[in-house]
Amino acid sequence: MIMATLHLFMALTLSPLLLGIINRTKALFAGRTGQPLLQLYYDLAKLLRKGAVYSRTTTWVFRAGPVIGLASVLMASALVPFGGRPSLLSFPGDFLVLACLLGLARFFTILAALDTGSSFEGMGASREAAFSALAEPALLLSLAAVALRSGRLSLSSMLVSPLAWGHLAPALWLVAAAVFVVLLAENARVPVDDPATHLELTMIHEVMVLDHSGPDLAFILYGAALKLWILGAVWVGIVAPFGGMNPWTGTLFALAAILGLAVFIGVIESLMARLRLSRIPPLLVGAGVCALLALLVARP
Amino acid sequence: MILQAIDTLVVLLILTNLLLLGTNRLNGCIRMIAFQGFLLGVLAIFLQTPGNPVHIFLLAAGSMILKGVVFPWLLSRALREAHVRREVDPFVGFTLSLIAGGAALAVAVSLGARLPLPEALGSTLVFPGALFMIFVGFFLIVSRRTALSQVLGYLVLENGIYLCGIALIHDEPVLIEMGVLLDVFVAVFIMGIMIFHIQREFDHIETDQLATLKDVEP
Repeated sequence: MIMATLHLFMALTLSPLLLGIINRTKALFAGRTGQPLLQLYYDLAKLLRKGAVYSRTTTWVFRAGPVIGLASVLMASALVPFGGRPSLLSFPGDFLVLACLLGLARFFTILAALDTGSSFEGMGASREAAFSALAEPALLLSLAAVALRSGRLSLSSMLVSPLAWGHLAPALWLVAAAVFVVLLAENARVPVDDPATHLELTMIHEVMVLDHSGPDLAFILYGAALKLWILGAVWVGIVAPFGGMNPWTGTLFALAAILGLAVFIGVIESLMARLRLSRIPPLLVGAGVCALLALLVARP
Repeated sequence: MILQAIDTLVVLLILTNLLLLGTNRLNGCIRMIAFQGFLLGVLAIFLQTPGNPVHIFLLAAGSMILKGVVFPWLLSRALREAHVRREVDPFVGFTLSLIAGGAALAVAVSLGARLPLPEALGSTLVFPGALFMIFVGFFLIVSRRTALSQVLGYLVLENGIYLCGIALIHDEPVLIEMGVLLDVFVAVFIMGIMIFHIQREFDHIETDQLATLKDVEP
């Protein structure tokens, strides 16, 4: 219980650091000094002190979007185990609740974007909806494959102890690859979306939050960082669950793994270009089919 | 250990098929086919059926050289001469092809679990993998426009049948297997020449446009 609370506290405080690490890795590759590691903390502090501006055409949906988005992501972060220890909340079937909460956050972000009435934001909302509709089956199928292999239905028992994949190790790689693609897509990273660009033709996530300001924008940025931490913890839990260890070493190892994951994402962003929009659906469907293959192979 | 190697190889084969379904670069497709031929050769060694080891080795080496080196070379030459780089507008789009591939995979696995098979298959994955390759081969043949993609589909189909053969049949006569390889070789050779001639005559290799050719206007 104490460990679970500590892990939740770590998720809440350390998640903005992941984005700092990604940006520093990219800066290192580009030969720049780059922004400070704690830049997102400064940004959040600055935004929270400011007031918000609301357009007169918007309704309560626009104001509710960031709040509901952050609330669902906060709830989701209490469901995901870390460092081989169960999470604060766990019950059979909570992996469906995790997917549902992430979906709810996305749904309200999309609604808020549509509520502004700007055709630009509508374009981003449409892209986000189209791509997440393809990314969500991949996530669900991957988690279903892990659940089937472990015979458990709760994330806290699925992702804490190393599974007996045995000769089915290829299924593990497939699940890991599928969840990684979902992680990149859900967090709007290269090659699906480029978080650094403000070029209207290629934006997906950035374009939906253009009209938010002040605390609302802070909620959105913080929610995005937490989402990266959540999916990163799921990925680490699938690839290298540190169960059966001393809880403190497990926590340290998992922390090192998730920070390493951030570095890896930074390396990918430095080495790869963004995909053309029309090439993204095949990528996401491919991830889904990989997860389906893992699910079919993983029958115990 | 051997089981893990077999499963890994079959999963890699399935992944190459998915890539074939999802990519539009014909060059990449040819490379995938070459990789598939190489994987099949390795798989034939791992799926040691009780037979003459020299024969098994000869077959594996023969199929690796033919499918991994000769066919890709022939096809790349045809591709270069036809000045076609991509499958531009297939009958079934790439995303939809991948979804169809997922459905075919599910069908293949459920069929593989249901069909009564002789024992000693090596792994439960081999037969569904072979069925899936056959499905993908048929699908590529009917869903793509360029003649070259259809040749690739034919090769995938043949690879699937070959996988079926090395998994199911104990001690397959070398003569028959060599005969099949020779047939496939001749087929690919002739189709390579055909593609070149179609290109020279009509300036494209899209087969659906050939259907409109007629001698006399009705």
